[in-house]
Amino acid sequence: MVVKVYKPCVPLSAIATSSTHGEDSPYFAGWRAYDEDPYDATTNPSGVIQMGLAENQVSFDLFEKYLEEHQEVSKLVNDIGGFRENALFQDYHGLNSFRKAMASFMEEIRGGKVKFDSNRIVLTAGATAANELLTFIIANPGDALLVPTPYYPGFGRDLRWRTGVNIIPVNCNSSNKFQITKQALEEAYAKAEKANLQVKGLLMTNPSNPLGTAMTRPVLEEILNFISSKNMHLISDEIYSGSVFSSEEFISIAEILEERGYADAQRVHIVYSLSKDLGLPGFRVGAIYSYNDAVVTTARRMSSFTLVSSQTQKMLSPMLSDVNFTKNYIKTNRGRLKRRYDYVVEKLRECGIECLHGNAGLFCWMNLKPLLEEATTDGELKLWETILKDLKLDISPGSSCHCTEPGWFRVCFANMSIETLDVALSRFTSFMEKRRKT
Amino acid sequence: MGYQSVSENSHLLSRIAAGDGHGENSSYFDGWKDYDSNPFHPVSNPGGVIQMGLAENLLCLDLIKEWIKEHPEASICTEEGLNYFEAVANFQDYHGLPSFRQALARFMGKARGGRVSFNPDSIVMSGGGTGAQETLAFCLADPGDAFLVPTPYYPAFDRDFCWRTGVRLLPINCFSSNNFKLTKAALESAYETARKNNIRVKGVLMTNPSNPLGTTMDRDTLKTLLTFVNQKRIHLVCDEVFSGSVFNQADFLSVCELLDEEPSYDKSLIHIAYSLSKDLGLPGFRVGVIYSYNDTVVKCARRMSSFGLVSSQTQHLLSHMLNDDDFTSKYLAENKRRLHTRHEEFTSGLEKFGIKCLPSTAGLFIWMDLRQFLKENTENAELKLWRVIIDDVKLNISPGSSFRCTEPGWFRVCFANMDDATMHVALKRIGDFADKVKDETTQLDDATMHVALKRIGDFADKVKDETTQLQQKKRFNKKLRLSFCRINDGGITQHLMSPHLQSPRSPLVKASH
Repeated sequence: MVVKVYKPCVPLSAIATSSTHGEDSPYFAGWRAYDEDPYDATTNPSGVIQMGLAENQVSFDLFEKYLEEHQEVSKLVNDIGGFRENALFQDYHGLNSFRKAMASFMEEIRGGKVKFDSNRIVLTAGATAANELLTFIIANPGDALLVPTPYYPGFGRDLRWRTGVNIIPVNCNSSNKFQITKQALEEAYAKAEKANLQVKGLLMTNPSNPLGTAMTRPVLEEILNFISSKNMHLISDEIYSGSVFSSEEFISIAEILEERGYADAQRVHIVYSLSKDLGLPGFRVGAIYSYNDAVVTTARRMSSFTLVSSQTQKMLSPMLSDVNFTKNYIKTNRGRLKRRYDYVVEKLRECGIECLHGNAGLFCWMNLKPLLEEATTDGELKLWETILKDLKLDISPGSSCHCTEPGWFRVCFANMSIETLDVALSRFTSFMEKRRKT
Repeated sequence: MGYQSVSENSHLLSRIAAGDGHGENSSYFDGWKDYDSNPFHPVSNPGGVIQMGLAENLLCLDLIKEWIKEHPEASICTEEGLNYFEAVANFQDYHGLPSFRQALARFMGKARGGRVSFNPDSIVMSGGGTGAQETLAFCLADPGDAFLVPTPYYPAFDRDFCWRTGVRLLPINCFSSNNFKLTKAALESAYETARKNNIRVKGVLMTNPSNPLGTTMDRDTLKTLLTFVNQKRIHLVCDEVFSGSVFNQADFLSVCELLDEEPSYDKSLIHIAYSLSKDLGLPGFRVGVIYSYNDTVVKCARRMSSFGLVSSQTQHLLSHMLNDDDFTSKYLAENKRRLHTRHEEFTSGLEKFGIKCLPSTAGLFIWMDLRQFLKENTENAELKLWRVIIDDVKLNISPGSSFRCTEPGWFRVCFANMDDATMHVALKRIGDFADKVKDETTQLDDATMHVALKRIGDFADKVKDETTQLQQKKRFNKKLRLSFCRINDGGITQHLMSPHLQSPRSPLVKASH
């Protein structure tokens, strides 16, 4: 007889056993529901439509066209000398040509209003890594970062999980279209002080996820003044900068800095990625642009843990350096996103649902406050469940984005065909009609 | 652009950022700087420094290149592969492409002679082997905890395992008296030392085949290790990054093989780190793998892999390549053969000059014994000799002290990152150096021999600043070596570039594109 001896599991780390990875949030629960029952027009027409994933699939054809017309790109990746060099290239500075291409692309997005020095670009495998890396650099475990609400649910993991840093929300609400105010900043800072937390920086997303709005000049100025006065860093996550519907409406923090003659610029770091604007999340291309030399140096060293595949750098570098391509891409992409957005908002309005007036991003910020049984997070989650189970739509509840006002939902529209979008919108319409009748 | 200089704002950075846990102040990287500023080239710079401090495998890239040319469908930017572009570009699932995981599982199994079978569902991606090590440390240990690591070990473990995690690495000392084999006594002693210092040991980190030794662990040593971690109830992280680079008829014995043999071993303690950077010679593609027998670790590591996923373009290419059984069989066999040939040529060449190496059967380097050339049996003497080798012999080899070797006089010398001709140049230089020393020491008594060696050492002393720095254990003068200043037209600005030098620069890669 074999006697089974019970061996207690050798403990893992506190990080491993914590739930700060954030996957227990409804944000991800909805993804799981989609995974288990994904919509397909032919094979599963009553499945869940994924509207909780901010991806951009509206402009792939532009890439495919470019690659078809530029077969020298594939030759570049596969030719003799080129392949060997590329396969060996693990320098954490990244390919010079690629860094230059990224700098040029970022300038293009900002309409040439700012210049970026490619030597200040540090490449990381996605913005996820970039945000975590910057947090490691500017804050110690136990310190805090201020983050305006509502914010991207993944920040809970990216900024806090392995770094041990805290997030203190800067609460924004619909009374002023969720804009960040000086008062909200001061309140958040005071809250941190009271809790004996050292605030090391503010991380903002501009344009905002989940709001889909670009920040205005006065707000940006206010924020810069605030972080300077409090001697802290500013991380400006600008990953949706190329997804602002009209280029005049986006003001990058880089512009404000330039106007100020770069005074205090060493506090500011910009995060970018090709996952949203270019719709290439699989390629894991993120970037940090810092005006702080020590941060650039350290970030570059840390990027060893998360470099961009040299194969990918090599493939994308000619494309991003081709100004004709990028100009056309940015313009076309913006136009298509705007049309989608206008279409979605209009259809929702027709069935009685209003959205925050947005001008950017791959989603709209939908107001379902009138539908709540009670104006609480519970009420919101109940409604969310109904929408998921009955309408088979995975949308993201505002509470998962740490919104303090129950009833708001983020709805992604750029990650599906127009046909699927119509199906989703018709489900909203039926839902609202049914409600009106009862 | 009036950005402020580093010193004015360094107080704004975290302790992790402001400290030197990045490890770049090691002599391991010092030599790379010398190579970078004066790189050998057979035609344009035949007197330059030959890079022998970078463990890269260039010997079989032609096979890979050939495969890629024959399989345009594996590339998403070719006519044949373009229809995959959208799906691949959009794919960011941290489980990775199923075909990629399957391909990796197959390849890893093959590298172990088919004696181990890997479950694709337990394979987790990471940002190279570097990312794999860090992720495992985050999963298995808390800040302040320690892992024991046999010496000598790969210098960058200090960064990979410790820098951002706050975990410590404590040495398990190994000695040349038994060819640096790991012993039970050494394990127990290291564990006890930690215990006495109130440091909680969470596991052992080992590399098999070993970097820098180039040796593989025998069955008894692996069993000793497994018994040890089971008894102490601690984890075992096995870095098997050179598992496909074992040659000389010796078969590689992975710890995974023993797990099945002995059911009393707790599998949940065992975690493998792997990467395609060495065996396939693809460090640029950043393909790291964590394989754990512990489902909780797999789950956690997978979540963490969001911080270092493999590009889907790369996954796509490699899933095709590594699922091609004919290719992988041919590749692994040919890789072994070429490494063996290179190893033989190099070690027999050294033997002719009376230079011995630790007998080795794996890896991309040899562990060279230069103790006979040391003025005295100290780390300082080793570093002085090393400086002579860089400055005078013009070879960047890595001093044993940078690998925390307890015995001065050993050096790791990489041989697989160059062509035959360059290797012969390197051998000639070593031979000339050895002859020079021999000429000066032949028929001399000990005292006179030491005088001769002193003269060689004095040559190194010429570079006084650097010697002083070495003695003070400061490898860099931060202002001088790390900064490349540029004065802008609009005013005086300091534009600091982080050192190119500390980031691996292959001898065959051009400096700019």
